[in-house]
Amino acid sequence: MPFSSLSHIQTRLDNAETTAVEVAQLYLDRIATHNETLNAFVYIDAEHVLAQAEASDKHRAKHGARALEGLPIAVKDIFCTQNGPTQCCSNILKDFHAPYDAHVITKLKEAGAVLVGKTNMDEFAMGSSNETSAFGPCRNPWNTDTIPGGSSGGSAAAVSAALTPAALGTDTGGSIRQPASLTGITGLKPTYGRVSRRGIIAFASSLDQAGPMTRTVKDAAMITSVISGHDSGDATSVADAPELDWLAACDKTDMKGLRIGVPKEYFVEGMDAEVRASVEAALKQCEALGAELVDISLPNTKLAVAAYYVIAPSEASANLSRYDSVRFGHRCDNPEDLLDMYTRSRDEGFGAEVKRRILTGAFALSSGYYDAYYLKAQQVRTMIQQDFLTAFENVDIIATPTSPITAFKLGEKTDDPLTMYLSDIYTIAVNLAGLPGLSQPCGFSADLPVGLQWIAPAWREDVLLSAASAYEGATDWHNKSPKAFDEVSGGES
Amino acid sequence: MNWEVVIGLEVHCQINTKTKAFCGCSTAFGSEPNTQTCPVCLGMPGQLPVLNTLAVDKTILTGLAIGAQINLESKFDRKNYFYPDLPKGYQITQFTVPLVEHGYIDITTKDRGDRRIGITRIHMEEDAGKSMHEGLDAVSHIDLNRSGIPLMEIVSEPDMRSSDEAIAYLKNLHQVIRFLGVSGADMEKGQFRCDANVSVRHPGDEFGTRTEMKNMNSFRFIKQAIDYEVMRQIEVIEDGGEVVQESRLWDSVKNESRSMRSKEEANDYRYFPEPDLPPLRVSQLEVDNIKAGMPELPHQLRARFETEFGLSAYDADVLTQTRELSDWYEALVAAHPADPKRCANWMANELLGRLKELNKNIEDSPVSPNQFGELMDRMGDNTISGKIAKDVLDAMLESGKSADAIIDEKGLKQVSDTGAIDAMILEIMAANQGQVDAYRGGKDKLFGFFVGQVMKASKGKANPGMVNQRLKELLKG
Ligand SMILES: [Zn+2]
Repeated sequence: MPFSSLSHIQTRLDNAETTAVEVAQLYLDRIATHNETLNAFVYIDAEHVLAQAEASDKHRAKHGARALEGLPIAVKDIFCTQNGPTQCCSNILKDFHAPYDAHVITKLKEAGAVLVGKTNMDEFAMGSSNETSAFGPCRNPWNTDTIPGGSSGGSAAAVSAALTPAALGTDTGGSIRQPASLTGITGLKPTYGRVSRRGIIAFASSLDQAGPMTRTVKDAAMITSVISGHDSGDATSVADAPELDWLAACDKTDMKGLRIGVPKEYFVEGMDAEVRASVEAALKQCEALGAELVDISLPNTKLAVAAYYVIAPSEASANLSRYDSVRFGHRCDNPEDLLDMYTRSRDEGFGAEVKRRILTGAFALSSGYYDAYYLKAQQVRTMIQQDFLTAFENVDIIATPTSPITAFKLGEKTDDPLTMYLSDIYTIAVNLAGLPGLSQPCGFSADLPVGLQWIAPAWREDVLLSAASAYEGATDWHNKSPKAFDEVSGGES
Repeated sequence: MNWEVVIGLEVHCQINTKTKAFCGCSTAFGSEPNTQTCPVCLGMPGQLPVLNTLAVDKTILTGLAIGAQINLESKFDRKNYFYPDLPKGYQITQFTVPLVEHGYIDITTKDRGDRRIGITRIHMEEDAGKSMHEGLDAVSHIDLNRSGIPLMEIVSEPDMRSSDEAIAYLKNLHQVIRFLGVSGADMEKGQFRCDANVSVRHPGDEFGTRTEMKNMNSFRFIKQAIDYEVMRQIEVIEDGGEVVQESRLWDSVKNESRSMRSKEEANDYRYFPEPDLPPLRVSQLEVDNIKAGMPELPHQLRARFETEFGLSAYDADVLTQTRELSDWYEALVAAHPADPKRCANWMANELLGRLKELNKNIEDSPVSPNQFGELMDRMGDNTISGKIAKDVLDAMLESGKSADAIIDEKGLKQVSDTGAIDAMILEIMAANQGQVDAYRGGKDKLFGFFVGQVMKASKGKANPGMVNQRLKELLKG
């Protein structure tokens, strides 16, 4: 059962073949066994997990099942939760306890989900390998010498190794899709404004969006249907977003009439040859399912990384100013004066990558540089949005690799931030354009998972889910599990 | 040497909404420190601002009152700086596109007459908390109750040429804001604070280097600070020096200003668009609705009081100083329409004078408009004389009783009975035969003597008009 999908567990619960407590205990046991190896969870309160499961069983008995009744879901350490610490894997928030739940946490609770714990991540979601976490790196279950991707690396590893059937991540420049790709699971980044950001620790406000990381496409739809919707407490959560029938979108088994755009800029020199082969094979599969492949161009893609690394750090430099040690968070010992308190507390509290981005952002916004950097980057952003709009005049959906490479070794790129930044080259444009994107497994390269990325027009997650469901139904990649963590499986999944 | 002063003013005015600009916390003044706070205005992780639309409406109303343009799409920006009373490390403000632009306030001063002062813009922003250092050893305290209270920043053009003009502008602006009811504008509570940009030049020259006098909250200090700064700058230049662009703080105890920081060390606020708030869009219909609900402004009221009620310019001015005064006067003449001029005169001179001695504002007057109107009516119908009315007003203010009750109780009713007045006159004439003869012999001035005697005999209650008339008749012989 551990490698079961969320919807499979739901069926078993509905048929009274198991209980929420049994399910919770199963995953708690797996966490106890494997977390030391993976470091996927940075906080687990077993008692609290079992109490929620017990309450869920009672609720089911008394009132029937809610949308996610008794289903375990782990959440990235970036979501504020009243239970346990919320630290964003940063020393500056060490032992910080939020007196509130993020809006999406409330929604999960109201749907009967059992919150499993907090998963590892890059500090303040700044990273692509989970190596910037103040609580140590997380490892990829497919090869524990490699990274699980980032920033939602803990959520990805936990789902991939079946320490939880599903998890929430956040995606600012690919932080859901890239780790999903690198760990062989499914990850969905909804349209910007689809999911409330309230109570999610901000990295880059105009790009951040929460979404599910799951074993199947339908599981992603189940969770998104619960966490999405307008929140009057988030002015960027869109009030009149088109409603979708999330689950029905997953019933699709073919791609008849679907026009899939394949951007030439996403298949370039230097990308892993087997990644390319896997994605091309996947596209062939789509054709076999009835889709029409259309060559398209997204000419400004090459500018996306540069624009992103101006806009995201700029917003972050302001978002992280509140960690000033005045009201909460780490404060240095015996500050001499105010300036000393600020500088030493922040120096001690923030890691190197976070400091690098704060400095980059502050520089880009400085008077005299604003026009050359921030303003220029915003112009590029508009051009990238326009690229997609033009493309979607001709195609229903776009398919690309999620990442040009598979999981790399721990420490391999830590000294070279620029190469590290390039691992998000295929995911970043989606955030800049505010579009929905989904990554799903589509093969292996040297025994490491490869991901296929789908990009749809704004508010058309249904198109993503239908295409991904059809592909998933025709392939077996999503059923693969990392051997080292599959000791009890014996074929049951 | 001939110097010209150039002054531009920035006013920070708290908008009097019940809740803060971006959260649901109360804006009430004077509560225990940090009791009116929540995760949003404390800048806790993951918290987001939600704009208070009432604050938007009040800013629009203010914009309309100063004849300004309302931008149907305006933007919020972040102004970045670190200070312990600024929880997020940035202030949400409007930098690039403010809600209101291009307005004006008309002023009149003795020296320069009527002038129109341009208002560059009004933008919305949030207030910071308060830091307290005084009386504390090696620690500072922070009160974040004020953090997030909505502000309008009203920025004038550098159009003022004297401290008198600056004060006239501020007073008119203050009056307009109070009339609109968009702010308490209580300067002592920091609800109306002023920064003054001051420079000097020779007439016709380019603007001189300006300095900014920060955060003043009394008209008197602002005038003193500007005058001081003008003298200081002229002295610097005449001594061969150069004015340094800097912020200065007015010390109202020492009556001098001191430098806060110079431009070289000034903050770079790294403004950029606030990604948590979409552009602020208002429709022309909303603006029109706000305009339709606009109350009369002081200058409109003054004009109406003069034409509709025939008031003197002086009385009209006095009675439109505050909204409370004009409302009180209108309630008075609505209930007692017989003699609006008398009402205005008596309210401006007698009532307000007495309230001032009692240290009360019109809204705290122990005498209601209706009670005051009854007193006016008793003069109108000759029940009492003006002289007696003053005594009755004193008694009303002291006891809270009605004019009629006091007149009855003290037997102050005016004597208008011809028979009674004739009897008094004849008695006095009999007792002062010598004066009667002298009067009849041509000594007209003695008329006043007889009036005085009659009023004395009647204890002031005799109707003065009638006394005059009957005396003339009877003295003829
Ligand atoms: Zn608040």
